Order: sequence, then structure tokens, then C-alpha cells
Amino acid sequence: MTVDVFLRHRHGAFALDVSFAAQSGMTALFGPSGAGKSTIVGAIAGLLRPQEGRIAVNGRVLLDTAARICVPAALRRTAVVLQDARLFLHMSVEDNLLFGWRRAQTKADAATIAHIVELLGLGGLLARRPQRLSGGEKSRVALGRALLAAPDMLLLDEPLAALDAARRREILPYLEKLAREARLPMLYVSHSVDEVARLADTIVVIENGRVKAQGPAFDLLTDIDAIAGVPPLGAVFVATVREHRVDGLSLLAFDGGVLAVSRLAQAVGTSLRVRLRAEDVMLAREEPRAISANNVLPCTVSAMRASGDQADVQLLCGATRLVARITSASLARLGLEPGLAVFAIVKSVIVEREAG
Amino acid sequence: MHEILSPAESQALLLSLRVSSVAVVAALPFAFATALFLARVRFAGKALVNGIVHLPLVLPPVAVGFLLLVVFGSRGPVGGWLEAHLGIRFVFNWTGAVLASALITFPLQVRAIRLALEGSDATLGEAARTLGAGPLDRLVNITLPLALPGIVSGAITAFAASLGEFGAIITFVSNIPGQTQTLPLAIYAALQVPGGETEAARLCGLSILLALIVMTAGEFAGRRARP
Repeated sequence: MTVDVFLRHRHGAFALDVSFAAQSGMTALFGPSGAGKSTIVGAIAGLLRPQEGRIAVNGRVLLDTAARICVPAALRRTAVVLQDARLFLHMSVEDNLLFGWRRAQTKADAATIAHIVELLGLGGLLARRPQRLSGGEKSRVALGRALLAAPDMLLLDEPLAALDAARRREILPYLEKLAREARLPMLYVSHSVDEVARLADTIVVIENGRVKAQGPAFDLLTDIDAIAGVPPLGAVFVATVREHRVDGLSLLAFDGGVLAVSRLAQAVGTSLRVRLRAEDVMLAREEPRAISANNVLPCTVSAMRASGDQADVQLLCGATRLVARITSASLARLGLEPGLAVFAIVKSVIVEREAG
Repeated sequence: MHEILSPAESQALLLSLRVSSVAVVAALPFAFATALFLARVRFAGKALVNGIVHLPLVLPPVAVGFLLLVVFGSRGPVGGWLEAHLGIRFVFNWTGAVLASALITFPLQVRAIRLALEGSDATLGEAARTLGAGPLDRLVNITLPLALPGIVSGAITAFAASLGEFGAIITFVSNIPGQTQTLPLAIYAALQVPGGETEAARLCGLSILLALIVMTAGEFAGRRARP
């Protein structure tokens, strides 16, 4: 399952010129507002016709301006979920969910429907009207409606942007389950590093209408040149639960060492996606002793980048890449340079989800 | 009914109901298309088109009736052709009363439907598109249901206004009992006869009763149609 996208589009002073590929799983289109992310989604869904472009999903050409092919939106099988859920107000939740299903060429069977309803926790909402749903419930219905349309590809354009922090926390687990389970390519548009770090397998960084970088999330989030200037970047990697200790800590083994975190519920052997935010990592030239932080990792500096009074330092801890965000003053004071051995003091470890 | 109302009275009442309902139903598809066009299509000169659509509401009904006579009369360009080729005749006929009523109340229907369309979320059509719904599918399953409250309230208002139409009908198709003499025309005719005030008062009471029934039913239907 692959999606190939090439687009060129001019609209006033804004010029879009992108080319990228997405595989099954969650690909994040990441970048600041106004970078052109939503234009890309519109062009893929067929809601907007670019001046030049070629889009193919699993080899099926949806758009090819050179060959004068432009499949109508209704026939593209690219379901879209936007920040406003856009539920049909004159229908029940059930009819909303089945809207795309009724029009799909290959219909999901009853078991699949039941599974999606359960996955998104929609069982109790079926008879309700969209007017009587909370924001989070609306988002879940919109997600379910898109999935049941049996799309070849799912486009998620800032699906959480309209929700407050609490509602976001409510939806994210559902998106995580989706990211882990669904076999179809999903394009997730966001300008939130938190969401991207948590969900994406692959990241395409869009800036000023161009692809600035693309690659696996594990590599790209620690690539200090690709995501320079974006607030809290960090390392994302997979770690395995090794031991639950009696002192209330759990040990996570990763390719580069061991992390101690507060007691986890997951069983020993479970693979977890872990994130170390750049600003949660401090650096020391000598091994600190008598320190409250549970995790001090020996690392090697691999690259540095200072911008203004802040600096990002890329580290190698075994085979795992980490990033520390420090001040430019500290960078100078410590005399950091590539190849230097340092100690990374990790203030907090974010356990994102079970790795799929 | 015939024991309460005289044959002439019930004839005027039934004709009024028939003229108004046919006028509303016949104009509805055109009103919906016009409202959809005005609500969803952006084009230069929209204000002018909107003004033309609303003309029958602003013009004196007598002027509308006169213009209808000029265009749809037996010697008019359209009326003459229709009579010669299709055998359709408006003048002195109840269908002429329907045409006059439909035209006068057309803007009321357009207005109500357009407001409902503009108040409903146009992006829902986009959502339906990405879920596999083609143009006709979207019209029937998304646009029409969302416009339904406007369609109902527009139809009721137009029906009520049509019951009271006088000037355009009497100018275009004259005042012929059983053909074009609706309730208001019957009241006018009664007042032309010496001692006809009692008859006029009875017809007037009938009109009031009818108006109240229609408006109450309209309020109820409008509430039911809301999504």
C-alpha cells in the first residue's frame, strides 16, 4: 500500500511544490500553519484541483494533470476527517456512520462494523443526533464514518485542533489504536509535535509549500536540521519493559541503555513507544553523582545547531539518537563539539503507547 | 359544508384552495433551483438577479397582472404561442390565476429556502463527496433535507399569501365565478352589489378562519421539519 503525491499549485503569493510518498500506517504532514498542508489534503481528496500534479494510491491514478485524469472526489475512496467533524445534522449517529458504507463498492461486513464501533467506543451513541454529542464524541463519529467508507486512504486534517486538551486526551488513544491496527495509509496533518511524536511512523516536514525533510519518525524527530525552530522536538524510540522493581520503578531496555520510569501497567516484554523531549534532557561533561534524576545516559555528541540563544545538541546513545535543547551559553561553556563524550540527564520519560 | 356555506361561497373557497396549492407546488422546484443558485454560486451581477427575483414582491400586483396579460395573453408572445401550439390558455381560466399567484409568491419561497440553505453548512456537501456521494445523491440526501425547514416555511407563507392575492389575478384573468373568482375576488364582487355587505362579511370571516388554520399548521410543520 503506497501513496505517491506530486503537486504544484500557485495561489496568489503562495506556491506549493511538493513530492512525497506514504506507506501503510501513519504518515504525518508536519509543519507550521500556512505551510500548505491542508492544500495537499484538499488536492488528494479531490476537493481542490491543483494546476499540476500526479496522485496515485496503490497504483490507482487519482490525478494526473499531464494525462488529463482527475477522478471526482466521490469516486476517489479517500475519506477525510477535518477538525470540524462535519456530521450530517439531519441523521442519527448510526446513519452518519453508514453514509459512506452504503456508498462503498466493497462493503465492510457486520463484524468489521462492530469492530470499528467498538474501537471508537460508539456503541452507546448510535441512536443519538449529532447535535447532542460532545466535541470528542463528534470527532469519534467522524473517524468511524470515514473508516466505514472502506477508503483506500484516510486523510486526517488536524482532527484534534478544535478540541480542548481534555477532549484531545480522550481521542488520542483511539487514534493510537487506529495507527497500530489499520492497514491502510493514513495522512495525518498536524502542527503539534506532541501528536506527531505520538502517532506517526513517517514524517513529512512541510515548510513554505515545500517538503523540507521526510523520513521515519524515529530518525526525523532527532534530526536537528529538519525540524529546526520547531518548539519541543525530541527522541522517539521503541523500548521493551524489562523488569518491574520493588522500589516502584519499571526498567525499560532500549538500544543504548536502560531507562527507569515510574511503575508501568504493561507486562514484562511489552514493546513501548517512548519519547524524550529535547528540553527534558540536560547535559554534563562529567558523570553527575547524588542527583534526583533516575536516568543518566552516557552519550556522544554527534551534531549541534545554535539558533539565537537556544541550541539543539544531537547525541548518540548506543544506536539511539537523542536531542537536548540547551542555551547557547551552556553550549559555549561546556565546550561541546562532535565526538565529545557527555552524560545526558533525562528529567522525564514519556511513554507514548504500545508499539505496534 | 354546503349547509353552512352557500354553493357560491364553497365554490370560491375550493377554488382559492386549489389555485393556491397548485401555485405553490408548481413554483416550488423553480424556487428551490433559484435559491440553490443564489445561495451556492458566486457570480457577478448576483444583486441584479436577486432584485429581479424579488420584483413581484415589490411591484404593485396590478402591474404584475398587466405584465402577465401582455406576455401570457392570447395575443402575447408566450401566451399566443402556448395557445396555438399546446392549447394552453391562461386568460379567463383558473390556470391563469395559478400563474399569477405563483409569480407573486415566488420570491417568498425563494427567500425562505435560500435562508435555510445559507444557514446550513455547505461543507457537509464536501464531506458527503469524500464519502462517495455523487451530485444527485448529495442533492437528495444532504441539500434537500437541510433545506427542508425553509421549504416548508416558504411553502406555507407562499400558500397564505396566495390565498389573499387580488390585484394580479383580477387584472390578468378577470373575475369569473367558478374560474377565477377566488375568495378575495368574491368579497370584491359582493361589495359591488347593493346590499352585499353581509355576504362580504361572511366571506371575510371565512378568509380569517382559513388564514389562522394555515398559519397554525405552518408553525407546527416548520417545527417538525427542523433537523
